[in-house]
Amino acid sequence: MTTNTDPPKESFRLSMLIYDTRYRSTTIQVVALIGFMLLAAWLINNTIQNLAALGKPIEFGFFLEPSSYDINQHILEYDSRDTHLRASFIGLLNTLIVAILGCATATVVGVLIGVLRLSKNWLVAKIMAVYVEMFRNVPVLLWIVLAMAILIESLPRPSAFRGDDPDATLKLFDTVALTNRGVYIPEPLLTNSLGSVHLFGQSSLRMDVSLDFLAFILVLVLSIFAARKVSARADAIQNATGERPTTWYINLGIVLLPLVILLWALGFHLGTPELKGFNFAGGIHMRNSLIALWLALSLYTAAFVAEIVRAGILAISHGQTEAAAALGLRPNRIMQLVVLPQALRVIVPPLISQYLNLTKNSSLAIAVGYMDITGTLGGITMNQTGRELECVLLLMLVYLSISLVISSIMNWYNNRVKLVER
Amino acid sequence: MSDTHAESVRYVRDTMLPEQPPPATEVGVLGWMRESLFSTWLNAILTVLSVLFIYYVLSGILPWVFQSVWYAGSLDECRQIMKETWGETHGHACWAVIRDRWLQLLYGFYPPYPAYPDANVGAPPAGWWLPAYFRPNLAFVLLIVALAPVLFDTVSRKLLVVTAAYPFLMPWLMWGGSLWVPVGVALGFVILFAVVKYGSVRLGSLAAIITGVAAMLVWWGVLLGPFAGVMDQILPIALPTVESREFGGFMLALLIGIVAIGLSLPIGIVLALGRRSDLLIIKSLCVGFIELIRGVPLITLLFVASVLLNYFMPPGTDFDIIMRVMIMVTVFASAYMAEVIRGGLAALPKGQYEGADSLGLDYWQAQRLVIMPQALKISIPGIVSTFIGVFKDTTLVSIIGLLDPIGLSQGIRANQEWNGIYWELFAFIALLFFIFCFGMSRYSMYLERKLQRENR
Repeated sequence: MTTNTDPPKESFRLSMLIYDTRYRSTTIQVVALIGFMLLAAWLINNTIQNLAALGKPIEFGFFLEPSSYDINQHILEYDSRDTHLRASFIGLLNTLIVAILGCATATVVGVLIGVLRLSKNWLVAKIMAVYVEMFRNVPVLLWIVLAMAILIESLPRPSAFRGDDPDATLKLFDTVALTNRGVYIPEPLLTNSLGSVHLFGQSSLRMDVSLDFLAFILVLVLSIFAARKVSARADAIQNATGERPTTWYINLGIVLLPLVILLWALGFHLGTPELKGFNFAGGIHMRNSLIALWLALSLYTAAFVAEIVRAGILAISHGQTEAAAALGLRPNRIMQLVVLPQALRVIVPPLISQYLNLTKNSSLAIAVGYMDITGTLGGITMNQTGRELECVLLLMLVYLSISLVISSIMNWYNNRVKLVER
Repeated sequence: MSDTHAESVRYVRDTMLPEQPPPATEVGVLGWMRESLFSTWLNAILTVLSVLFIYYVLSGILPWVFQSVWYAGSLDECRQIMKETWGETHGHACWAVIRDRWLQLLYGFYPPYPAYPDANVGAPPAGWWLPAYFRPNLAFVLLIVALAPVLFDTVSRKLLVVTAAYPFLMPWLMWGGSLWVPVGVALGFVILFAVVKYGSVRLGSLAAIITGVAAMLVWWGVLLGPFAGVMDQILPIALPTVESREFGGFMLALLIGIVAIGLSLPIGIVLALGRRSDLLIIKSLCVGFIELIRGVPLITLLFVASVLLNYFMPPGTDFDIIMRVMIMVTVFASAYMAEVIRGGLAALPKGQYEGADSLGLDYWQAQRLVIMPQALKISIPGIVSTFIGVFKDTTLVSIIGLLDPIGLSQGIRANQEWNGIYWELFAFIALLFFIFCFGMSRYSMYLERKLQRENR
């Protein structure tokens, strides 16, 4: 019955495009592509027509016009005569500042809470559970607005610090002033400064890079490098003889001494804030908007980080700990050599995506008036120039690039620690 | 051997000792406390510190909550009452602001009695009226009824009728207008269903779907208007219209959240399947869409909704801001949902796909009967936490000027009477969100336990 010959060669019919699985996928894809292109063309066409009707062709020349608005918190010099591009750049730096501050704080607080939530102490574990549920189930915007309200309404005015018997005093040995206009912290001052170099001429990216700072970093990197050499030598001795020489005080000295000498040579001292006129002068002024955003974002994200850390530690089976103990490792070595390396593989990817979320959430700065990239490019610049399309698209592009950079770091890490399976 | 042993032992116990109760310090409350509170010195110190901390927090919060002022017209009046009663204004809540504004925080400026937008809440206008805020309240009750059969399998299946009708009923209740428009829209889906069901035998399934979609579009585009007009002539059933700009408060957050949650799950499933598809073009379109949306903050998408979306539409169209916001929040939620479901699909063992293939199921049958039920089950925690995230993110609409609870709270704080109040307002709003989000997360834990098939 069965014949083993090739089926007769069919001629191509149009219905085969749909009913023949060999062609169907191509048909679907071509239809989808055409549909997508039609949709895109329709949207672009509409946009061009609408913009033409409003007399606003797409162009980016407005970026070089003076911004004529002020940014209250800026680390590079800026004034209202600078261009919109410069304002956006300052805004981008502000976004990065709050993101980095927030990520660091969220990690520290989150790890602490995650570990404490696993504590054998019932009461401590419950308190941490309450913290996590409280922060996770309430919108972050509410925390930000609340933090701002608390800072503004409950902290004393600068004038409360005045007089012989003031209502408010400086905290932490007379160095930190908490006022409703912001927090003043001591600033590092140098008497024999090395000066700074000016980069990028007069362009919008211009910046002064402090040589003192560069020298500090250089010395720090060199001494850490030297300390690692010492550790490597200790490893070699341990491998050869079984005895590990004690190295921690040598390492500490190698890292700290050069820095202390450098700071002494530069004439390092702290400039504390002082009440002058209606306000404080000296010190670093951190605006309430920055503090509120930083606090709220990091406490909110810390709740998520805590859950990630907890899940990561729980994911390591108890057998691993027991096996390590059976090998005769001490508890801290077990943590260091067995549990942490495995837990980190589980913890780091979601942790980085939390960093990403924090960075994106920092765009809520606009609710408290912190001038990040959303507040400058997507806020005042957009409203002043009326160039909604250009501004919003650029804003999305900036965030997209930040996200892509962070997620490519994550992919790199994932590939590096991936278990190699058979 | 045993002989020598027997000789060397002087005494052998030949009965078992009776079982003794464990020492009192090892069981019961005492044992539990030893175990979990005072097992080591460090633990004991931590316990003492925790008790002190709890005492400190509660001694601040409890008097604040319960020794509070409920009846006052302004913050100054509140403070005066506090001074008279307790001698100080610090540490006592002024709940009068919530008493004064709770209807606004819940419903925004939604007219309590629709025909009279500025009707006083306390006194309904003359004549017969439904209770105040009847429509949003009914919509909320119906939501619970519609969700019950989906969420709990002990509830009667007959309630699924409400679930099916809800997407058409809810907009009519909230926005008002003629009943025949939502009925007509629903009829479009009935037409699609009928054509697919009865046409697939004669035309083949793909052709039937295409015909059905075409018929539905024709019905909506051409025939819906005349149909509603004629039906209005025959049997006029209509509710007074409510403008979108009058929506606000927690009701708005719920509305946006429910629409985005309800739509993002199906769209997310389609996107996730597209991303895992073998078809290169479909896959790259889905990847591009998902990564673009996930890479930007929601606030930029809301900027798109508030300033750009009208540019993308044909000149002259102007659809309202709440609709635009709903579209963008849905788009945002779908991209996240797609990634969660993709995780579930990836976690499924390859054998399941191959098993479905070997049974001779086609792609959609395999997805529907084998893959999706398992993949969705795996991704329940992720799906629910996305839901919670979307619901919390609805507060962002206050930044583009919609009056959700946070937007309203800014207004109330700027108001002369309540200038300077913040804890009470934010505590109230936070409590509202907490109840819903915490409830969702508990439900997801319940569902996970219920669907657990292993270790039973």
